[in-house]
Amino acid sequence: MSENKNEGYVTADGRKIGGTLMEMKNITLRFGGVKAITDISFDIKEGEIRAIIGPNGAGKSSMLNVISGFYVPQEGEVWYKGARRPSMKPYEVARQGIARTFQNIALFEGMTVLDNVMTGRLNHMKANMAQQAIWKGAAEKEEVANREVVEKVIDFLEIQSIRKTPVARLPYGLKKRVELARALAAEPSLLLLDEPMAGMNVEEKEDMSRFILDVNDEFGTTIALIEHDMGVVMDLSDRVVVMDYGKKIGDGTPDEVRNNQDVIDAYLGVSHD
Amino acid sequence: MAQSSQAAGGLQSIPALLHRNATEFGNRPAYREKEFGIWQSWTWNETKREINNLARGLINLGVNEGDFIAIIGRNRPHFYWSMVAAQSVGAIPVPIYQDSAAEEMAYVLDHCGARFVIAEDQEQVDKVIEVQDRLHQFEHMIYVDPRGMRKYDHTRLHEFSHVQEQGFAARDELTPELNNRKAKLDYSSTCVMLYTSGTTGKPKGVVLSNRNVIESAKNSAEFDHLKIDEEILAYLPMAWVGDFIFSLGQAYWCGFCVNCPESPETMAADLREIGPTYYFAPPRVFETQLTNVMIRMEDASKFKKRLFDKYMAVAKRVGPKILDGKPVGFIDRLQYALGDLFIYGPLKNTLGLSRVRVGYTAGEAIGPEIFEFYRSLGINLKQLYGQTEATVFITVQPDGEVRNDTVGVPAPGVELRIDDSGEVFYRSPGVFEEYYKNPESTASTKDAEGWVATGDAGFIEPDTGHLRIIDRAKDVGKMADGSMFAPKYVENKLKFFPNILEAVLFGNGRDRCMAFINIDMGAVGNWAERNNIAYSSYQELAGHPKVLDAIKAHVEEVNRSVAQDEMLSGCQIHRFLVLHKELDADDGEMTRTRKVRRRIVEEKFQDLIDALYDGKDQIFTTTEVTYEDGRKGSISATLKLIDAAIAPVTTQKVAAE
Repeated sequence: MSENKNEGYVTADGRKIGGTLMEMKNITLRFGGVKAITDISFDIKEGEIRAIIGPNGAGKSSMLNVISGFYVPQEGEVWYKGARRPSMKPYEVARQGIARTFQNIALFEGMTVLDNVMTGRLNHMKANMAQQAIWKGAAEKEEVANREVVEKVIDFLEIQSIRKTPVARLPYGLKKRVELARALAAEPSLLLLDEPMAGMNVEEKEDMSRFILDVNDEFGTTIALIEHDMGVVMDLSDRVVVMDYGKKIGDGTPDEVRNNQDVIDAYLGVSHD
Repeated sequence: MAQSSQAAGGLQSIPALLHRNATEFGNRPAYREKEFGIWQSWTWNETKREINNLARGLINLGVNEGDFIAIIGRNRPHFYWSMVAAQSVGAIPVPIYQDSAAEEMAYVLDHCGARFVIAEDQEQVDKVIEVQDRLHQFEHMIYVDPRGMRKYDHTRLHEFSHVQEQGFAARDELTPELNNRKAKLDYSSTCVMLYTSGTTGKPKGVVLSNRNVIESAKNSAEFDHLKIDEEILAYLPMAWVGDFIFSLGQAYWCGFCVNCPESPETMAADLREIGPTYYFAPPRVFETQLTNVMIRMEDASKFKKRLFDKYMAVAKRVGPKILDGKPVGFIDRLQYALGDLFIYGPLKNTLGLSRVRVGYTAGEAIGPEIFEFYRSLGINLKQLYGQTEATVFITVQPDGEVRNDTVGVPAPGVELRIDDSGEVFYRSPGVFEEYYKNPESTASTKDAEGWVATGDAGFIEPDTGHLRIIDRAKDVGKMADGSMFAPKYVENKLKFFPNILEAVLFGNGRDRCMAFINIDMGAVGNWAERNNIAYSSYQELAGHPKVLDAIKAHVEEVNRSVAQDEMLSGCQIHRFLVLHKELDADDGEMTRTRKVRRRIVEEKFQDLIDALYDGKDQIFTTTEVTYEDGRKGSISATLKLIDAAIAPVTTQKVAAE
């Protein structure tokens, strides 16, 4: 991969990837004395599927939390859409067009699927509390427009049959899909997926992979994901960052990464000094 | 010709009916489809526009008169439009089961030589692309859902809406050609070609003319007084003749609205929202619904369960009589009215059957308990006997003469005849033209005078004129002692137990009968849950000793019932086994309409049949299975072979030799 920061490239299957959407520059994150991430730099380009992989405890989730703005690194800079991002509250990050799913599903269990997905539209609702309360004018119009977006997402992810089902009654695999639906409802420019396939069986993984590819293909959404299943990662992603013990040990296309000696060592295990 | 054209008021094709509907009641709804959570609707005027645009688009793509256009998708307005658009340009629509594997599709597409395919989505498109190298006549494919299709090579691939747009853009130059082609359609032109699933051999293409379809639709609509304001839910496979007649033939003849569900999974909810007035379902659907009701009542509170049982007993006693307009006492009427308030009304509403005026079941025999259950709720459920070759209707049950042991009287315009061997023959305006490219089969099924062999054995009750079907004629055999062997009769008795999904009986030419049984995963699984029986797979549940005991009890009950029938008492089941896998259309064991292919099951599981007859206690077997995507695998299991008690024959009247 060339180091041309602002230039795109063309993937093996012919998709055109745009310029840099987000760039991490020399990120270091510490929790007290523990260094979770040490001096990591990489970029995410517009329209690509970017994976972050690594063995347990490598710092993947911490990295995703830095991207999502939940953690603020002690050192380094996060550049997003060509500007340096100051430290922000998570809702401010969401307003910038970044949406995410969680490793341990974080849905409102007592609410229906539809209501859960509607919460993803929060940042697109402008009506104030008074308008919402009397349910006239702007509030009503807005609800209809938002519902339309949500219904398109529901259709896209094929969850029509559970639209009115409380989330608590759904099996795990479907909850994961509902979470993706909520993230998509926000119409993000960057979608973060934290282990989207964890705990799924083969069929559910195949479904989820297809949805991730379709999202990227249909909406052109840039996707950054963390995943354990190597087969899935290698099939899905355009470029992969490999982490181990908080350090970046590889970065490139799946093929490049697969043949990287450091990566092989990290996964097959050699003694660390 | 002059006569028949008068009979249908000069309307000799589906496009002509479309024109009439758009002219006479253009603002009434013709189609609804739930999409994005809302029922989207199209009036007859809009429908005509959609169809004409598509038809011009098809001409634009080079469709010639006489071409075959394959249509592959679930029930959506687009595919009904596709069929009428194909007819409008003089082509012949060929709907194909959308759950067919690529191989099956290849056979049909090759057999009819389809130049064009209209497919629903990427899944169907991929299947056709997979086999297209073998299809020499195939040229263009049109898809409805563009999702995931962007990267495909579009030289021979077109999006449905684009074809319509092109048809609209070229309306000035192509409309004369379209009108010209429509004008050529008459009663003798082909309306549709439907492939019968065929319990034996390869599927056959049944050619139905406009006369077949329109006359059958007209007669049956008059028989049941179908009107313009009926609502139906189109959810049965589009490749099945029943759906073609109900959702297209009758809908266009009467001008009523066809509603398409959002997805197969939302069927139940959509049914409830639409509340159809005219409803059609194979017995399996009614069985599943009843099983679900019973399962949920098992889990209901004691009070509710008590109320349910009490009023269902009332309904069972007086419901069918009230429905048939027979005299019923005041107290019973009052009780039934209360039951309707507390139980039947809400239940029908939950099932989505509150407004059903006419309901039909056909395709297979329905269990008497299931049939009575629906009728006792006040749902006018009737039986119908028919086949693709008859454009559905052979016999139907008139209102007030509904019984569960007969299939009714000949439908309007149908003549019946039973030949010496007991096989049922019919002749009607609906009798098919021919099997496409298969004159031998056509000749062996339909004689010169137009009589068609049904392949079913039956007899007409002398005093009522009702037809009773015993079994498939070629399945009826003789036991070693010369008594009659009618497997379907016994299998149906078994299948009427909620726990038993499918049964196959063997015994032709043998001295005893043996049976294979498939358990119903839903019913047995729920029972297992309530009784704290742990299981991890179908196979494990099917082999559980307690399940086997329950099935054994069912088999013995069937034996007692079979023993009552002097003709068939030899068909009692001596030994049986519960199969380790469900019989499946993907493995070729069933047709796509879920009828057992007896010969194939017999060949495939020969080892199990031998073991049953050899008297072994158990057997280890390995079976090849096909997954939905066409990959193959195998499963193996050790099956228990179980003896069932034989009931003494009560009416022993064996004729002296």
